[in-house]
Formats: sequence, structure tokens, C-alpha cells
Amino acid sequence: MTTVAKPRFTLEFEKPIRELEDQIAQIRASSEGAGIDASKELASLEDKLEKTRREIYGNLTPWQRVQLARHPRRPYSLDYIQLLFDDFQELHGDRLFMDDESTVGGTAIFEGNPVVVIGQQKGRDTKENLRRNFGCPNPEGYRKALRLMRLAERFGLPIVTLVDTPGAFPGIGSEERHVAEAIAVNLREMSQLRVPIVTFVIGEGGSGGALGIAVSDRVYILENAYYSVISPEGCAAILFKDRAHAPKAAEALKLDSANLVRLGVVDGVVREPLGGAQEDPAATASGIRKTLRGALAELGKLKPEKLLAGRYAKFRGMGVYAS
Amino acid sequence: MAVFRKRTHAPSPKKKDIAAGLWTKCPDSGEMVFTKDLEANWNVFPSGIHDRLPAARRVELLIDEGTWRETDARLASKDPLKFTAGGSYPERVAQHQRKSGLRDSVICGTGTLEGIPVSLAVMDFSFMGASMGSVAGEKVTRAIERALQQRRACIVVCASGGARMQEGILSLMQMAKTSAALARLRAAGLPYVAVLTNPTMAGVMASYATLGDVIVAEPGALIGFAGARVIKETTNQDLPEGFQTSEFLLKRGLIDCIIPRKEMKPRLAKLLRALGPRAKAKPAARRRR
Repeated sequence: MTTVAKPRFTLEFEKPIRELEDQIAQIRASSEGAGIDASKELASLEDKLEKTRREIYGNLTPWQRVQLARHPRRPYSLDYIQLLFDDFQELHGDRLFMDDESTVGGTAIFEGNPVVVIGQQKGRDTKENLRRNFGCPNPEGYRKALRLMRLAERFGLPIVTLVDTPGAFPGIGSEERHVAEAIAVNLREMSQLRVPIVTFVIGEGGSGGALGIAVSDRVYILENAYYSVISPEGCAAILFKDRAHAPKAAEALKLDSANLVRLGVVDGVVREPLGGAQEDPAATASGIRKTLRGALAELGKLKPEKLLAGRYAKFRGMGVYAS
Repeated sequence: MAVFRKRTHAPSPKKKDIAAGLWTKCPDSGEMVFTKDLEANWNVFPSGIHDRLPAARRVELLIDEGTWRETDARLASKDPLKFTAGGSYPERVAQHQRKSGLRDSVICGTGTLEGIPVSLAVMDFSFMGASMGSVAGEKVTRAIERALQQRRACIVVCASGGARMQEGILSLMQMAKTSAALARLRAAGLPYVAVLTNPTMAGVMASYATLGDVIVAEPGALIGFAGARVIKETTNQDLPEGFQTSEFLLKRGLIDCIIPRKEMKPRLAKLLRALGPRAKAKPAARRRR
């Protein structure tokens, strides 16, 4: 019986790694078949592979991280919800127009305590992506999120949001049903919700589309996720009249996790396994779990007035100017 | 319109006068208008087209003479990202400062509008497309907080291409900052009017521009979230006639009313007299949603 290895998804900058992996697999297969001892050669190649992996993944450029953030095998919101919570009960719809499947949410149990979790959700294949609108919410996604957040407030449950969107959907219907208002209202209302809100940017933090569920007491980001005012491609189109300059734009926008900490926009970074979250979703989730546990414990001690004052001060202090 | 009638028989403009800016061409009718007359008419063409109005003139339009006190005039951009792509950011800012005489894209202050005390912020499109960076966000926030402290109504005259790219994520955070300040104003029962002018887009639109207790727009303004080109490219659909104009938004129920520039002041006054704040009557306690 021959087993056909599932073709792995390879990013351009990962090619040297993949080539070495293929070489090792080939030598192993042929030496085994011919009864040759290739262990020495293999050991040296394995060594080289490990070095190459460290070299590449240890020095990722912002643009390479953006590519990892968009990796088709990267864990999405529902994957983390499965890994982090028990008894997730999905709740649908904005009660006004439709159920926007680019945003999922519901009640769940985190380490024994009930929470409301909301996440932006991409599709794993074309069919699911059409249903999920490639993770680009229409206004109804934001209105559903707010409905669930108010539900959480009424029942005193902390809110956990998972951000993963290229941005709010740019469409005619989206404009007609006023996506700008849906986002703006979320920003305003989230600033006043009397329960703790913790956000993790797990993949793409696409501008207002991301912020629309991220006016939170704590905002954390995964190591290879990004959070930006504009997509690198959009920025390049404006600055250089050419989307191909996205790598340069990604560098300039300081959208990577380390820079976001430096700019004071996120509170901390959750480490990912070497090569990205898709290499070990469970390990990534356990990093999130630890951070979430700490944040909820800390925020849970605060009275609502303190919580709100802290949240206001957090966003009030953002911005750099001379006076 | 009286200003224009006087000049119906004016001599046709000479080329060098157009170049010198003595004459301005109406983008709709193509008619040449004497620039001084256009300015005297608050930059509204005889065709009714509302041209952009500099922020200082907007203050003149809305605020009672002698009552304006500009605040926070010293706030200026820094370069937190050391943004050099497509040219140095500080140089671009300096260039716009020289050209416009403004420090950044927003001016704010207090004054009275037909005797009603207001806190006002005005965006000026000529300054880097009135993009919202840290300074714009801070000034709008201070205008809102000042309204709250002094129990005044707050008005923000919006115009913007969106968030300022060169300040990256910090520009995005201005949306949260301004919206959170508006939440406090709202809880205090003080009125906030957003005036949308041509163009009001993207990040400004998805924050304080759509959070007005009342949202008014000037005629023919381009107002929306995503740019028309992006929508076309993403969806491959033809855009409906008049898409993302004030008139379109009114029809869809997204704004309260359209007010021509010359009626703006008296009609805002009418609104504010109805909404308050009143000196004596306490606003009803905010019902939670």
C-alpha cells in the first residue's frame, strides 16, 4: 500500500525548508529500499534543516508574518473555540436582517466559568469561504457581535473576542445597511460595557473591521498575527501606485506583534510554535489559555466603574503628538 | 445668490486670470465664476455645487462673530512610526503646514452659535485629505470632552479621506478614542451633531461621523465607508446611480437631513434649541439602551 503524502502548503520564503524536507524524504525512501545505510548523510541534512528553519522562522520580516497570518492552514476562531472552551453554544443572527457567518459567537465555559465568545471566522475551503465571506463581516456581523456582548453584560459574563479579518466587507449592500455605523456603534458601546472584555488578534487584524470587536480591557496578539490601519497591499497601492510593493508597506506600517507592543496598542504577545500556529494549534491555544486566565483573573477583581475607567484611559491615551 | 446676479454680464475670463485663480470653474456646469464672488458665497457655486470650505471659513460661517476661542492650536504631528515609505512623513506634514497655514487637519474651540454655547471641531480637507492621525483624533476628543466639562453641545464638521496611513495603527485607535468620548457625552445627555461634508469616508465615517444624535450632510457630499473603486474591484458590480452621496444616504435612511451650507447655521441653531442642553431642566437619566 502506498500512502500519498498530503501536499503541504508552502509559502515562497519557506521553499528552502521544503526542499530540504523533500531531499531527506527521498534519501530515506531510496536508501531503505536498497538497504543502504544513509544515516550519516541524513543526520547532516536533518541538522541543516533545523538550522534553516531557525534561520528563516527566527528572522521573519513583517511581510512574511502577514503571509503566515493568512496561511490557509492557520487555526481559525472556531478551532480555538474548540481548543479553549467547553460547551460552546453558537448563537446566530443580529435579529434585524440576517445571520452573518463571517462572525461567530455564543456562550461557552472557560475553565469552569461561563463567558461569551465572539470570533471572526474564515472558511477552510472555497465553499465555506463563500459562506463565511472570506472572514469579511457585513454590518450584520458587528450587530450580531454587539447583541451578544449586551447579552453578556446583562448576565454578568466576561467577553472574549477573537479577531481574524482582512477587513469589513466593501460591498454595495454593506454600505446600504451602513457598515460604518455598525462599527462606530460597537466602538462606542464597547467602551461602556460593564463586564471584562479580552481580545486576541489571532490572524489578520484588518483595520476598522478588526477594531469593531476590539475595544477591550486587554488586547493580545499572536506572534505572527498583524493589526493594521490598512492592508499592506492597499497602502502600497496608495504610496507606490503598485500593490506589489506590499512587503515595503508592511515594513513601514509597523503592523507586526513586536512593534504593536512597542506602540502600546497591544498588551502582550502570545508565542507561536516555530513556523507558525498551524504547526501546533494545541500548543498555540495553550498559550492563549494561559494569557486569558491571567487577564480574566485580574479584570474579574475590578468593580465595573474601575473597569470602565481603565478601559477609557487605555484608549484615551493612544496617539503621539507634540503640544 | 444675489452675489452672482450682479455679474451675469461680466466679461468672459481671460486665460491668465484663470491661471492666477481670479476665476474658478464650476465642476458641474463648467461655468466660470469670479473667485471672490465664490468665496463671498461660502464656496457654493451658482449651480448649487458645494465646493470645499476651509476650516477657518467654516468657523466664520457657524460661530457668532467675536465669540470664537480656538483651543489646542499647538498640537502637532510627530512621527511615531518613523514612516519613510513614499517620502518622509514629517516633511510631508511640514509642507502641508506651510501651504495651508494649519498645524494639522482639525481646528477646534468654543463659541456661540446664535447665542448657543457650543464646542466645535472642524476638519479641513486641504490638509493631507483631512486624514485622521493622532492630532486630529486628540483634538476631536478634546472638543467632545470640553463639551462635557462645560455642558455645551458638541458639533463636529467632518471631512476626511480616512485614517492617516503614516501613523499606522495609532490612527486606527483614534476611532476608539473619539467614540469612547462620545459615549460619555451621550451618557451625560448632551447633544452631539455630526455635519458631514464632501468627502467623509472610511475611518472617520466608522467613528464620530456616524455617532451624531443628529447627522446632517451638505448637498452632494461623497459619504461612505469603503471607496467606490475598492467596492467595484471586490464585488465586480456596477454601483447604483448616486451611490454614496448625501442624497443616497438620506434615501436609505442613514442620515437625518441635508442642509445647504447657507442655511446651516440657523438650522443647527433650531436643532440645538430643541435638544439642549437646558440650563435648568435636568436631562432624563439615561435609560440603559
